[in-house]
Amino acid sequence: MTLPKCELTRREALGRIGATATAALVANNWVKMSQAADARPKAMIWDAHGHLGGARSPEESIARSLRYADRMGIDRVVVSMGMSFVYDPSPEELRRQNDEVLRAVRFAPDRVFGFVYVNPKHVKASLDEIDRCVRDGPMVGVKLWVAMRCNEANLDPIVRHAVELKAPILQHTYLKITGNLPGESTPADLVELARRHPDASFLCAHTGADWERGIRWIRGVKNVWADVCGSDPTAGMVEMAVRELGAERVVYGSDFPGRSFASQLAKVTSANLPETARRLILGENLRRLLLPILTAKGIRA
Amino acid sequence: MIVDVNVSLSRWPLRRLPCDETPRLVAKLKEHGVTQAWAGSFDGLLHRDIAGVNARLAEECRRDGEGILIPFGSINPMLPDWTEDLRRCHEDWHMPGIRLHPNYHGYELKDPVFSEVLALAEQRGLIVQLVARMDDVRVQHPLLRVPDVDLRPLGELVAGRTKLRVVLLNGSGALRGEQRKRVGALPNVWMDIATLEGLGGVGSLLEDVPLAQVVFGSHCPLFNFESALLKMQESELSAQQSAAIFHENARRLLGR
Ligand SMILES: [Zn+2]
Repeated sequence: MTLPKCELTRREALGRIGATATAALVANNWVKMSQAADARPKAMIWDAHGHLGGARSPEESIARSLRYADRMGIDRVVVSMGMSFVYDPSPEELRRQNDEVLRAVRFAPDRVFGFVYVNPKHVKASLDEIDRCVRDGPMVGVKLWVAMRCNEANLDPIVRHAVELKAPILQHTYLKITGNLPGESTPADLVELARRHPDASFLCAHTGADWERGIRWIRGVKNVWADVCGSDPTAGMVEMAVRELGAERVVYGSDFPGRSFASQLAKVTSANLPETARRLILGENLRRLLLPILTAKGIRA
Repeated sequence: MIVDVNVSLSRWPLRRLPCDETPRLVAKLKEHGVTQAWAGSFDGLLHRDIAGVNARLAEECRRDGEGILIPFGSINPMLPDWTEDLRRCHEDWHMPGIRLHPNYHGYELKDPVFSEVLALAEQRGLIVQLVARMDDVRVQHPLLRVPDVDLRPLGELVAGRTKLRVVLLNGSGALRGEQRKRVGALPNVWMDIATLEGLGGVGSLLEDVPLAQVVFGSHCPLFNFESALLKMQESELSAQQSAAIFHENARRLLGR
């Protein structure tokens, strides 16, 4: 793996952790242990869900996030949406935000996967953005957020185009007892969409956050994967997801930089699972989802 | 060496957890190098027989704690004769502190009864653990919707109580910006890291709160213990900072 210019090498980063961490941390930390030369081979960790922000530029933002990724042993990250969160972006705003993600991808092309941000209220502009960023550009997936609930018919041409390009779709979902935003999808909405498009692959972002219900919603729909990111590190989440969906349908993501890698990784590293299941969740499932488009684009993975 | 100031025994009311049996919890903590854990009880959230809750907590720490569990009894000042519960925590069970859940017990910090609890705790030299939240308000059970504790009055209430020691649990994530700095400016308030979020969260907390007032808390078993542990790895901390947060600050606070 080639490293982007500004980064510490992983060895340097870990050397520094070793020098400063307490004995307990070094001796017991799962991520650290997995890096030791003589221990099990290091699990490949790909993070399915990240954003930009908290910095002056996309480059600065992704550089900062990758520094933390190095400290946590994370190899690759998915990034979508720009430096500011806009619920209902105009076509111009979409282009601006996707340009920012393109800059992040260009900054560290070996480590950052871009997902193109689209808005189903602007179907034509969304299809154009998919062409610009995925078909003709380096991005490898589609991101949908809270502009419109994803069971709407406007989603259909977007999903069909993603399928043509072999791009998986990352759809935000939340089940808020405090009330969803008007255009905010639930896992139930995503299940409707996924049933209409059995040939598409959907990542159910946050698994609805109220994951005990979210997991049940998606249980019977095999082209929906649980992205466990972006909720409190509540014990038992990943165990339930594996029990109900199978380890092949559970994907690690964090929702960085708003969430920490630490809290979200802990959901997986602490779960009582066979090592093979843990590896699937930490990276192999996402790699499998992305492999068709990566191969088509000649991206090494 | 790790002191975890934020663990709970017994059962979370809404779900079984991988470590909700004390021997399992203790095994998990010891596996990760925890040498002391300050334990409250989930029963303290909703049970009305708080005296029974605290008696079981004390007994369980003694019987199953393998020497690492230190009980912090729950006090619900909305119950009749709550001062007797406080007396028992201190005199009968020799607890070093108490744990408060204003949002589960139905009072606010600005209510006079909270000041009464603080005054009595200060008199007796008891540490007060104030729990700002247990879980995310957005995903709570429809019949158990409990708002976060409004921490804004805290500064005024602890100022001047020089012998009082307050440990804010699960509050460091909810407090942001100026509010977090204001709490950090109170020399007798400590904060744990259990609910911190954002990349490098511990490092950013140290920009708002003096190192001596930050303590390691996991909110285990409701949260995965490893979340707090990995946060300590994620932020780039010096050996001195790590040691202070992992154990030195809590030890000094406990005075033993
Ligand atoms: Zn997100």
